[in-house]
Amino acid sequence: MFEQLSDRLQATLSEVRSRGKLNEGDVDAAMREIRLALLEADVNFKVVKGFTKTLKERCLGADVLESLDPGQQVVKIVNEELTGLMGGAGRDLAFASSGPTVILMAGLQGSGKTTACAKLARLLGESGKNVALAACDVYRPAAVDQLITIGERAGAHVYEQGTDADPVEIAAWALDRAREEERDVLIVDTAGRLHIDTELMDELAKIRKRTKPHDVLLVVDAMTGQDAVGVAESFAEVAEFDGVVMTKLDGDARGGAALSVKAVTGKPILFASTGEKLEAFERFHPDRMASRILGMGDVLSLIEKAEQQVDERQAEDLQKKLESDRFTLEDFLQQMRQVRKMGPLSGLIGMLPGMGAMKQLKNAEVDEGELDRVEAIILSMTPLERANPSIIKGSRRKRIAMGSGTKVQNVNQLVKQFDQMRKMMRQMVSGKMPDPQQLAQMSGGAPRPKIRRR
Amino acid sequence: MSTSWPEAFDLGARDAMRPDADRENEERRGGVFRRLRASLSKSRQALVEEISASLFDRIDEETWERLEEALILADVGAPTTAEVVERLEQEVDGGAVSADGEAVRERLIEILAEVAANGRSPIDLSAEPAVLLMVGVNGTGKTTTIGKIAWHLSKEFGLSVVLAAADTYRAAAAEQLAEWAERAGAELIRSAPGGDPGAVAFDAIAAARARGADVVIVDTAGRLHTQGNLMDELTKVRRVIAKQMPDAPHETLLSIDATTGQNGLRQAKIFSEAVEVDGVVLTKLDGTAKGGIVLAIANELRIPVKLIGTGESLEDLRPFDPEDFARALLTE
Repeated sequence: MFEQLSDRLQATLSEVRSRGKLNEGDVDAAMREIRLALLEADVNFKVVKGFTKTLKERCLGADVLESLDPGQQVVKIVNEELTGLMGGAGRDLAFASSGPTVILMAGLQGSGKTTACAKLARLLGESGKNVALAACDVYRPAAVDQLITIGERAGAHVYEQGTDADPVEIAAWALDRAREEERDVLIVDTAGRLHIDTELMDELAKIRKRTKPHDVLLVVDAMTGQDAVGVAESFAEVAEFDGVVMTKLDGDARGGAALSVKAVTGKPILFASTGEKLEAFERFHPDRMASRILGMGDVLSLIEKAEQQVDERQAEDLQKKLESDRFTLEDFLQQMRQVRKMGPLSGLIGMLPGMGAMKQLKNAEVDEGELDRVEAIILSMTPLERANPSIIKGSRRKRIAMGSGTKVQNVNQLVKQFDQMRKMMRQMVSGKMPDPQQLAQMSGGAPRPKIRRR
Repeated sequence: MSTSWPEAFDLGARDAMRPDADRENEERRGGVFRRLRASLSKSRQALVEEISASLFDRIDEETWERLEEALILADVGAPTTAEVVERLEQEVDGGAVSADGEAVRERLIEILAEVAANGRSPIDLSAEPAVLLMVGVNGTGKTTTIGKIAWHLSKEFGLSVVLAAADTYRAAAAEQLAEWAERAGAELIRSAPGGDPGAVAFDAIAAARARGADVVIVDTAGRLHTQGNLMDELTKVRRVIAKQMPDAPHETLLSIDATTGQNGLRQAKIFSEAVEVDGVVLTKLDGTAKGGIVLAIANELRIPVKLIGTGESLEDLRPFDPEDFARALLTE
């Protein structure tokens, strides 16, 4: 019931694969699985219908049936179609040639606008821009306070007039101030509003008219269901948004809303919000998202993150150490710190190919607190102990436990695990990696609900 | 007849404080529920139109397909949709329900209401003080819901309410709750930002006991159910509450946003594993989303909806009524 979409498709297509050649029945069965998986991923019913129809036509095409490996062809077609639907390559924000670039943020209540505003401010600030925020949510209690707090944390100036002023006036005033103070970017935070609330939608249209934003961004919760289509259509009409910010993508929602919104409005998803921290905000890669849905893993994102964070020379050193079996606890500590710089481990695991199918890993809770303890234990060791963990016995153990505020058992456990890890790494270096394809086939599938053919 | 406010709570020995049904009805006529009533009757009308115009004109294969489509578009999800439609279809084929549009429609409402009513019970406020724990994903409307519940209990039932601002994480969350506390005339217990949420809950219950307050409502930080450490923190808050008062929390409510799709089932399952959820508050039903995922939650996990949120004002919270919900589920 809860497999990721990628697991589903992997299971379905591995059945197709084992048959060698596709007949119409195979294609129908595959389409049924894909349709169900997409529905379970919250892709809108109508979008799914259109998608599987195109897909089926392409799958039944002659080149597929005559090809040597039809299973792979289907994977390729699904990937292509999905990528096409998601919008191909990503797009950038539009920046003003002079004066402040105005970015207007809009969305339903609770979609994560205020947080997204601060995260975007931080991201743009990081690229050297002088960013300010305008607090135009005067309705939700304490929304202005929230923006002030996290805006400051993001290093952005916050223009606010409390909650008694009119949001349209606040926005216009903030823009004047941003011009005077020569800010590069002004991000306008607005109150969450229902797309059917004509009064508030009018207000949004007015803010848009007064501030003439260069980009209007719709903030959409990745967990949104079938209604995403209606919401996106209404906001497209009133706010004429240019792009979408998907929030809460760090959860396990399959994010079918992203597909739906793109399909019905044609507007690209520009950013992905992926965690509690302000840094957990990145450019959205539609092509990579499609690959991820198909269980090919978000390898490209992972590589990009690794490139940013991992010192290449250190990585080379490590490789040599692994090969020559001189890997110490000190190296382990450095390694762990580098990996943790990339973000929470649970997020990283999801990006790896094949991991979608590895149930035990997916469900494994990566306890960040546990990692803190491991760090503390290693830091309480002497350089000699870090290089030769085997000498850690009796009184050394006690001292390390005391020093790190842990128990002797924790120290024992770490030393033991390190030993096992070293063995495993030796294997990996000699090229014995588990095959993700095999793991995917092991996952099987739950009974499918019987819904009719559409 | 819709579920009324007094029916929504088990007040135990404080039953005398229950506002009588006449007063309740008077208020409905008088205005508090006017808007809700209007929107409800609008939905009802729309439902009748929708069904008679399209779904059950003729009972054939297409009827079932369109019914499936309607339920899936309401976020009910494929498994529960398949179950409901299959059951109805079998009853019609077997002659238990006559193949007449009106009869099939009414039977469908019955089945949907039955599924929605799985595991139903009133909100347990019989303990003194009764401790209510509110949990949920970020942005689902926990704090707003607490403000509304506090207002109802305080203004309608005359109960004294203490609010615990145990969301010490989100910036200005305590300020938001403070505004609600003021509107509801409830007392607020809070700590410095970044404080220990368990300690806030603990202190609030201690304060409520010392003052003989009737109800403590604990607000917690929104968290994704996939964040293991934050879910552990929630389990800990629950444990700390039980330390202060052995049977507490007496009621744990999970807020679910009506726009949520199939992920809602995951949320309910994992939150329930962490803190034993007794009921769901379905929020933001004033939009176009139908909140059908709660049908799947009731069907698969037997966790019932207890309250629904239909807007931003204080009155926009009401008890869940399975039949009304079933009727509204299929409207355009």
